Amino acid sequence: MSALQAFLVGLVGIALALAATGRRGRRLAWRWSRWSVLGLACALTLVPFAYLACFAIKDPGIALSSLFLPPPGQWSGETINLGNFRTLFSSQPGHPPFWRYLLNSLFLASTSTVIQVVLCSASGWALAKHRFPGRNALMAFMLGSMAIPGMILLAPVYRLTFQLGWLDTWLPLLVPGAVSAFGVFLFRQACLAVPDELIEAARIDGAGELRVYLQIGMPLVRPMTGAFCLISFLGNWNSFLGPQIFISRQDLLTVPVALNQYMGVYSQQYGVFMAGTLLAIIPPAILFFALQREFISGLTSGAVKG
Amino acid sequence: MSAARRLTPLLLLSPYLVLTLVFFIVPLFDAAGLAFYQTNGPRSQAWVGLGNFLFVLGDPDFHQALKNTAIFTLSSLCIQLPLSLGLAMMLAEGKGRIVGWLRLILFSPNLVGQVFVGVMFSVLFMPRFGVVNVGLQALAGWGLEQRWLGDPALVMPAIVMASLWMYVGFNMVYFLAALQGVDKTLVEAARLDGAGPWQVFLHVVLPAIKPVTVFVVLTSTIGSFQLFELPFTLLQGNGPDNAGLTIVGYLYQTAFNAGDLGTGAAVGWILAFIIFIVGLVQIRLTRDRVSG
Repeated sequence: MSALQAFLVGLVGIALALAATGRRGRRLAWRWSRWSVLGLACALTLVPFAYLACFAIKDPGIALSSLFLPPPGQWSGETINLGNFRTLFSSQPGHPPFWRYLLNSLFLASTSTVIQVVLCSASGWALAKHRFPGRNALMAFMLGSMAIPGMILLAPVYRLTFQLGWLDTWLPLLVPGAVSAFGVFLFRQACLAVPDELIEAARIDGAGELRVYLQIGMPLVRPMTGAFCLISFLGNWNSFLGPQIFISRQDLLTVPVALNQYMGVYSQQYGVFMAGTLLAIIPPAILFFALQREFISGLTSGAVKG
Repeated sequence: MSAARRLTPLLLLSPYLVLTLVFFIVPLFDAAGLAFYQTNGPRSQAWVGLGNFLFVLGDPDFHQALKNTAIFTLSSLCIQLPLSLGLAMMLAEGKGRIVGWLRLILFSPNLVGQVFVGVMFSVLFMPRFGVVNVGLQALAGWGLEQRWLGDPALVMPAIVMASLWMYVGFNMVYFLAALQGVDKTLVEAARLDGAGPWQVFLHVVLPAIKPVTVFVVLTSTIGSFQLFELPFTLLQGNGPDNAGLTIVGYLYQTAFNAGDLGTGAAVGWILAFIIFIVGLVQIRLTRDRVSG
């Protein structure tokens, strides 16, 4: 029997033993099973991350001789080093060094995020707090447009990009997605909660309309802004299809497309693209830990209250 | 009302209105026309009428893509969502900071984009050395030498496993938020009336979380039907015998590898039609359950 099997049998055994000790025991057994299942689920979630991190820092020569890291007795510069990262950042024929992709991705994802937050919040504010003819029709159109799968637009937008002369530039990655119906809708929902009395008071004090939006509205929808920043950054950082079809110049490409190519370039050197993947998940992880409270509430607000 | 105040909403909305017109409405009409032309890249086009649709619907590759995508969608709905709901129910009974931490851990794979998950899992699924095969061998005494990404019969299970890792925690967050909103006194009352755990779940909890369930089922279905990047990177293409080809993969292949944007647009319309019908059926089914 393997250690893993023994461990699982042990977990079940304890639950059964507890259940056999009467009513209170049964309740304890249920609690024990519940936490066991949750613990196992977390372990299953974390194992791929651990495997990834270990693979990235192992010397390529011993990559397959141990599942995670070699036993602690063998730890040295020979077995655990940054060799994979060194290979990753070295220049390959036909490929710029990897940091170029990282910088491209960082620039594109942050720029898109800022543009999307500004434009979506402006439209959301207008839809929530201004009366104008056609507002309800516009809302209905927006909600309807969200139901149309984006893939239908792939071919015509590609042709449009070609006609505009935008192929092999960053414009098709920045401009068409600069305002999304989804983002406008999220901000509209958040802006509805801003009290009208506050807005009226500011107007009476002589504040202009743009100032009301920027100085009264924006501070009050800050949680949604945090959540949307993360949603938007994640979407742009992980985006693959856009860069893949619109850009063929290597020095303009982003991390996801580059890593997909690296799987072919470094076909057997798993450590190299595992190192690249590790670097690729660090920026979203940092942003997530900074914004996680806003994120979970923002993510579920549309669905739960909606 | 002053002119400035009347013009403000127009000013604030103008970026949305302009970009939606240029990059949504115009391409949507364009897609309707494009589907009836055969194109060679974006430059040339020739009228073929319904030819693109007839070609796609008769193409064995498309049948394979349709089958794969349907299997994937079904397994997302039948494996992933019950797991998400189950974990959410277990987590909802817990208290304190640990619940927040567990939720954070279970959600974390969703930060990793599909492409990066594909790259990671191509190594995790390695025969003999990968953590999946080693784990299965230790657990069940089977699977050490399985070639997940090379054996047509195992490709779909591999994709489903990778997507479970990615999305179980994501949907769990929705279920958890819904469960935390269920009225506790209602559950207590049902228990005092002698309802067992299963009856409480079926008649109290499930109706209370129904809006979120419908939302999660719909978004999972729409997302599953548009699966592409995960299998594309995991298999570095369509996999053996096209075992990992999806509808969007087929669209990508015809529109951008073969350069026929017209056929690509036709596939887009077929996909939108399928999603529309499936979504409609799901909404109808969930409605009937309430009235019945």
